[in-house]
Amino acid sequence: MATPTSQPPSRDASARPGADVTSSEVDAPVIVFEGVDLAFDEKVILKNLSFTIRQGHTKIFLGASGAGKSTILKLILGLLKPDAGAIWVKGERVDQLSELQMMAVRQSLGMVFQEGALFDSLTVRENVGYKLYEESDMPLDDVHRRVEEVLGFVGLAEHIDKAPSALSGGQRRRVAIARAMTAKPPILLYDEPTTGLDPITSVTIDAEIIKLRDLENVSTIMVTHQLRDAFYVAEHTAVREGGEVRLIQADAAKVAETEFIMLRDGAIAFEGDVHELRGSGDPYLQSFLS
Amino acid sequence: MIVEWIKAALLELQEYTKLCIAVARGSVTRPFYTRDVIEQFDAIGIGSLTVVILTGMFTGAVLALQSGFTLDQFGARTAVGRLVSASMVKELGPVLTALMVTGRVGSGIAAELGSMMVTDQINALRALGTDPVRKLAVPRVLAGLFMVPVLTIISNTVGMLGAWFITVWQLRVASSVYWNSVIDGLYMEDVWMGLIKPFFLGFVIVTIGCHVGLRTSGGTQGVGRATTNSVVAGSVAVLVVNFFVTNVLISLLY
Repeated sequence: MATPTSQPPSRDASARPGADVTSSEVDAPVIVFEGVDLAFDEKVILKNLSFTIRQGHTKIFLGASGAGKSTILKLILGLLKPDAGAIWVKGERVDQLSELQMMAVRQSLGMVFQEGALFDSLTVRENVGYKLYEESDMPLDDVHRRVEEVLGFVGLAEHIDKAPSALSGGQRRRVAIARAMTAKPPILLYDEPTTGLDPITSVTIDAEIIKLRDLENVSTIMVTHQLRDAFYVAEHTAVREGGEVRLIQADAAKVAETEFIMLRDGAIAFEGDVHELRGSGDPYLQSFLS
Repeated sequence: MIVEWIKAALLELQEYTKLCIAVARGSVTRPFYTRDVIEQFDAIGIGSLTVVILTGMFTGAVLALQSGFTLDQFGARTAVGRLVSASMVKELGPVLTALMVTGRVGSGIAAELGSMMVTDQINALRALGTDPVRKLAVPRVLAGLFMVPVLTIISNTVGMLGAWFITVWQLRVASSVYWNSVIDGLYMEDVWMGLIKPFFLGFVIVTIGCHVGLRTSGGTQGVGRATTNSVVAGSVAVLVVNFFVTNVLISLLY
């Protein structure tokens, strides 16, 4: 792990964790939390939280409701600021950036909100292409093509002109995933992507997460309390075979690229891979796993 | 208890001021969402036309009716136009239009933005690299700022037509006498006052709607609360701002 520093952001890229990430450096840290504290009034949400996420790897946050899982994603996006500590996203110290400066950092991040958070007043096409339509100079024809491509990726091409309200819960989540990936961000954040969905639909969402991670080399941060989905994402990998994408059991090296963090009362109660999680004798973890 | 209330009120005022500054900055710097501005001019301006026309027409008509019978006691029924025009242009037109827009537009803005807040759509906008103030508040504030004066002019005109109808058909005053009286009753200062005030009122209505909407929390119940708050705060603010702006304009214009 590249040791993060608490010094102010430097223009020297080598001084910033993850600043020198290139596609060839798959193990470089892209997100670093260092001693992050956050409280709302008297309620402590996060206590001295530190972790690192590497390029192309997956970090899955588990924990009971109110453990501070979703807050972590909001901190990464700069939607919230920590009370103390440092947060680095691709070399930028986001806890010190203004809202305007954060806009540049958010180019590297895609977020799938709980329940999707699709824009009611826009069609599926406009939702998925929002960033390119509104915040880029890409020619309209190229945007249309990209929107159709990502909707095809999540298997919803035929729903392109529908309103979000006309879609099922699972379809809305997949549109939200498509919207998050349209601008090809190298990091995707998922907030409870399968909560409230039936097991079969949940697997289709898990499959999208795996495909994006393995075929597009996207670093993945997933917050969930659905253990079944967490294990599925950790233990499967996507491969392209003759134009077809298949999900297969991941090998040991791939499984090791997914790390779990269990949060309890705002602090890390467990950090390790899927085998360590399954083998843990900690009573709290056991009660969560059972 | 009182200290807490004062703290909360000051915090609201601080956040409202910050929003107004952000809107002012967003109005003159890029990115500027032209399509949203046009949509809001249509939604706030054209969308409010029916309610403003009906309000203006019946206000003018009842004003003519009431003042006609009062003036009758002094044998001055022919001066109805003078009373109607001065009242409509200086006070009733701007204030009633603003109150109607508060009910229709202020509540709508608070409900829409409030729903977007509680369903994470505002956070989604930020995550997608869009400043919600520029995308949502600036177009609405510009539309309120420029369309409320236009709606007020329409309300004044329709009000005087409503009054004309009552004056001619019910009070039996000649049409030419009414219109001469309308013109006699209007001074340039009155017209300026009637034109300047709606800019302030339009700004206040929409900024309050946006402020309340963007600070919504607490699910659907919170959205309901935000909608009510925007109408209550907006209506009171219209009357208070109207008083202070009138005071200033009287000292400046007359």
